[in-house]
Amino acid sequence: MSTESAETFTQPTSDDILRVEHISKRYGAVTALTDVSLRLERGEVLGLIGDNGAGKSTLIKIICGFQQPTSGRMLLNGEEITFSSVTDARSKGVDVVYQDLALINQLTVYHNMFLNREPVRRPLPLLRNRIMRQEAQKHLDSMGIKTLKSVDLEVASLSGGQRQAIAVARSVFSDCKVLLLDEPLAAMGVKEGAMILDLVKQVKERGISVIIIAHNYGQVLQVCDRVNLLQGGKITFDKYARDTSVEELTEMVVAEYRKALEERHREAAS
Amino acid sequence: MSDVSDTAERSPEITGASPNGPNGSPRLVRGLGMVFLNAREASITLIAVVLFIYFWASGTPAFFSHGSFVNIAEYMGPYVIIGIGLVLLMVCGEIDLSVGFVWTMSPFVMHFFIDSGLPTLLAIVITVLLLSLIGLLNGVVTTVFGVPSLITTLGSGYLVYGITLTISSAQQINLPAQSVGLGRWFGGEAWSEIIWASVLVLIFHILLRRTRWGLYTIAAGGNLLGARESGIKVNGIKIGNFMMCSGLGALAGILEAFKNDIIDPSAGQLAVVLVALAGAVIGGTAMLGGVGTMIGMWVGVLVLGELQDGFNLRGISSYKLLIIQGSAILVFMIVNTYLSRLRGSGRLAGTTSSRRTQRQKAADAEAAIADMGTSPIRGE
Repeated sequence: MSTESAETFTQPTSDDILRVEHISKRYGAVTALTDVSLRLERGEVLGLIGDNGAGKSTLIKIICGFQQPTSGRMLLNGEEITFSSVTDARSKGVDVVYQDLALINQLTVYHNMFLNREPVRRPLPLLRNRIMRQEAQKHLDSMGIKTLKSVDLEVASLSGGQRQAIAVARSVFSDCKVLLLDEPLAAMGVKEGAMILDLVKQVKERGISVIIIAHNYGQVLQVCDRVNLLQGGKITFDKYARDTSVEELTEMVVAEYRKALEERHREAAS
Repeated sequence: MSDVSDTAERSPEITGASPNGPNGSPRLVRGLGMVFLNAREASITLIAVVLFIYFWASGTPAFFSHGSFVNIAEYMGPYVIIGIGLVLLMVCGEIDLSVGFVWTMSPFVMHFFIDSGLPTLLAIVITVLLLSLIGLLNGVVTTVFGVPSLITTLGSGYLVYGITLTISSAQQINLPAQSVGLGRWFGGEAWSEIIWASVLVLIFHILLRRTRWGLYTIAAGGNLLGARESGIKVNGIKIGNFMMCSGLGALAGILEAFKNDIIDPSAGQLAVVLVALAGAVIGGTAMLGGVGTMIGMWVGVLVLGELQDGFNLRGISSYKLLIIQGSAILVFMIVNTYLSRLRGSGRLAGTTSSRRTQRQKAADAEAAIADMGTSPIRGE
């Protein structure tokens, strides 16, 4: 990297749970990611910020197994790994929570929590609803999710924050080691956002490593241990949260806009 | 956080009950209102009961006779049976128009097997299993090739119908004499068909509500991508449901042949699919997937049967009956849609909260723009 790498980049530790090395992703002629290297320390919360179109979502999709990179490799616990699908990644301990993708609206909270892992009776394979209900309630209680009246509610009747909370709780419930959160705070009020941030702290306390995409830098710094900035398909900034500030992050992004504006002006002039 | 506590205050307006009624009654009305809103079967059951009372009170005494009930039961049986398959498919987001043509074909196939020396019971079982392969075709074309099931089953329906007409030369044939005895259990006796239908409804109700298969069917129709990402084999679920639907269509066709004591190439077809669809939809099954009930469909077909029987007894022509059926479908659907909207907003004020989050989103966006001290050009 350049000479400024000592300041702008943190040093890898021997205990990184996940490493992404020189990943690129092209869709035909479009290059979404040029050369991304990113690392996630065991038990930390990493904030991933960047402008729309910078490649944040593409990166998350690659890490969670939804898409495969054009080149580059990933290491989980120091071992090279590839994910053929989201299900594959999930079975290896890397889980993702999307805004609306995760839950089935027409099913109850507890059926969602147990989706594809439902306990059944023998010999007649009927669902053990009572056990699922109790277990789901117990798990939500243990994570401090108190906003639900009942786990019997259909997910369709929940608010955005409640859905997000259920989705996160479900990932934790299924024993994930790395949790990816794609804009968990989007379209959420202050109160609900705070609830989700509390939840992220809970998740961290359980030893799960988290990557969180967010737009609100104040909220990012509240909960993250480290922040990475993705610009033009590359990580251009990587600092521990204690070494940076909302002002610095904002300045980084604003500088990008200024540059873009200047380029536009120059193009217009020539 | 959540608006859970709002629900209790909000529901009186929803149910139309006066919040300051006499002591105790608002709570009761509210409770009944919530039951009514929550059980999708409740509203259609009420309508079925009201229709009974209407025909009784409006001076059609014959409506409450044994013969009239037999009429209703015989009308219901086959529609309920294919309705089961259609509900399964509608819940997982698909549809099957071909099931009516499988109904047309199945007694011919059964006749063939009995002719070739198989015992009747075995012939029936083999026919049902064999014709469920039409469902396999429907399912594979729909899920693997991505053809919308409306089109897939339109094509396979005509295909099956054409084959039926070809092998039967479009001629009626009599049931094999040796099959008629057993046939009494398969539609020959007046009540046998509705008993088959009702037992199957109960079995499939449990399948839909209490088994993993049912959950995955709902999941596939409710959120296909989400279900797939949870590791559910959605294609397998859909194909299985197509196969069950075809198998049920084959059974209905056989029962109808024994009921009418003839194997008729003009039986079944698209008309019966539409009646069963009407029953399912009136009973609270959504066309968009994820929502459906077997019991509701049973009651929905009962309502159609009551209308048919009641108006027949009163001597109203079948043309007018169609007008009434059509209007009934529209009215029930409007009421159902309205009720499900209330259901959405009643439980947790979902609509208001989403409006709130939209407003919040706009505010957040403005704040973000202000933060940056410049007006960014956003967009992918």
